[in-house]
Amino acid sequence: MIGTFPRIPSGCAISGMINKKGQCMTGEAIIQSIALMHDRSNGLGGGFAAYGIYPRFKEHYALHMLYNSEKDRLATEEYLKDKFVIDMSEPIPTRNVPNITDAPLVWRYFLKVDPKALSEQENQVDETDYVVAAVMHINNCIEGAFVMSSGKNMGAFKGVGYPEDIGRFFRLEEYEGYIWIAHGRFPTNTPGWWGGAHPFCLLDWSVVHNGEISSYGINKRYLEMFGYKCELQTDTEVVSYLVDLMHRKQGIPLEIACKVLAAPLWKDIDKMEPDQKELFTALRQVYGSALLNGPFSFIIANSRAMIGLNDRIKLRPMTVGVKDDMVYMASEESAIREICPDLDDVWIAKGGEAIIAELEEGVEV
Amino acid sequence: MQIDAKGMYYRDLNQLILKAAESGEEELILNNVNGQRYIASNLDKKLRIVINGVPGNDLAAFMNGSEIIVNANGQDAIGNTMNDGLIVVHGHAGDTVGYGMRNGKIYVRDNVGYRVGIHMKEYQDSVPVLIIGGTAGRFLGEYMAGGILIVLGLNRKSNEPLTGDYLGTGMHGGVIYLREKPEKDILGKEVAVFDADDNDYAKIMPFLEEYCEYFNYDVQEILKQPFYKLLPVSKRPYGRLYAY
Repeated sequence: MIGTFPRIPSGCAISGMINKKGQCMTGEAIIQSIALMHDRSNGLGGGFAAYGIYPRFKEHYALHMLYNSEKDRLATEEYLKDKFVIDMSEPIPTRNVPNITDAPLVWRYFLKVDPKALSEQENQVDETDYVVAAVMHINNCIEGAFVMSSGKNMGAFKGVGYPEDIGRFFRLEEYEGYIWIAHGRFPTNTPGWWGGAHPFCLLDWSVVHNGEISSYGINKRYLEMFGYKCELQTDTEVVSYLVDLMHRKQGIPLEIACKVLAAPLWKDIDKMEPDQKELFTALRQVYGSALLNGPFSFIIANSRAMIGLNDRIKLRPMTVGVKDDMVYMASEESAIREICPDLDDVWIAKGGEAIIAELEEGVEV
Repeated sequence: MQIDAKGMYYRDLNQLILKAAESGEEELILNNVNGQRYIASNLDKKLRIVINGVPGNDLAAFMNGSEIIVNANGQDAIGNTMNDGLIVVHGHAGDTVGYGMRNGKIYVRDNVGYRVGIHMKEYQDSVPVLIIGGTAGRFLGEYMAGGILIVLGLNRKSNEPLTGDYLGTGMHGGVIYLREKPEKDILGKEVAVFDADDNDYAKIMPFLEEYCEYFNYDVQEILKQPFYKLLPVSKRPYGRLYAY
């Protein structure tokens, strides 16, 4: 059989970079970084999230959409007009790339929540919950429409193809952002479709993932109790919603939220000092259904931070590099060296220990 | 012979290496390597390869007898199922270094990641040796069936443990030498700790001396701290797992 089926040395690729001073960089570097790991993906999914790219509309929710047809676009816009003030609506600029075929319509809107519509809600909800509900409604109830991202001054760009081709398709070298994350996909359990490419986003959260979440069913049912709907045929989706629930809605610090997702093992909790022991026992008891099982390496971002997280026994790779104000994370060190050959520090991430790189205090973006 | 590997696809680079080996080349210097996989894998000639830059995953997989010097950090699965030869890494290395290694030597200057030495094995006089200058992540020597693993813990930060948890889990052959006594609660169920005796020192001395030559250490300094050894307490820990 050798020669008939050449080995495909795949396994998903992730890469991310943040400038802690909030200085913006074009998408060129992240494309080069993820392209270096070309062979980790197989052409069935690639994507990016970028922060700081819409300074002119930074108070607006930037809604990035995929549509199967014009009809789906019109139906969605009818819905959006009722719920939001649309200050700008346009196709996301793309260019022809030979390897990217059958692209859906890609569209973006800069929205503000209509105060009147918000006040008319049955239960008093805050603005972010209102946006989340709208995203859930579009993804689940409007056929042929899918929200790629819905945060302020950020956006996701993704589709079926190799990530470097997706990056060129969306002309990412023309954008400037202070955080970029990227993914090259090798789908294992679910189909390769445009909406199923990473990152998965909600409000200003974005998540890229290498691995499999075997606790998906438990996580999904848990999230449904809080109104999140997991219908995107992929496990990674739950991570965006779990961090949104814990950090945005419940105010849990990022470090602690990461210790829920990749909780310390009971035998390690037993060894802790009494106050720590009490905290981590409580976390595991309260958030048992938010624990992620299975092999994973994630890069999770929001508008102020980029986080790297591995499963507790480290079944997926992750390397971290630091140079001046820049922090890089990637599946392979070479993907970092490709765009930053001389690093001040570089190390291999440990299982279950989050690496959190935040914008410095006082940095306005 | 020098090869500029900048931007070169891994298959093209490995073809060049293979051709050079076949034409009787004795030394190759690969410059601007970055992320190319499988370098020198399945290489059956005695060649000296100097790699300037970070080589990709599965460096020297199935390699049979060549010598590789990496003047940078290494990535994952270095020496995967390697049959013979020598790999020297002037930096750190990633997860699963020496995966299923069957013979030959790997010397890493700094730390290594998780599951290093997993499934290493030996047969008669084929005994692989892996020396880690810094520290090792969790699951060191997992399912180890043979060979010699040595962790020195040089130049480490004060709070950095020599190895991670689950040390020697599932180990049923070979030996792990540690330059510090491991805490009992990090050991796998299948291993026990012993003091290294004269026979042990005699066994590892030639490898330590060679290691010190590559990285400019004084072997006597290293020997000032005693070594401990980890041995499997059962040859077939899972022998009865599926026997009802």
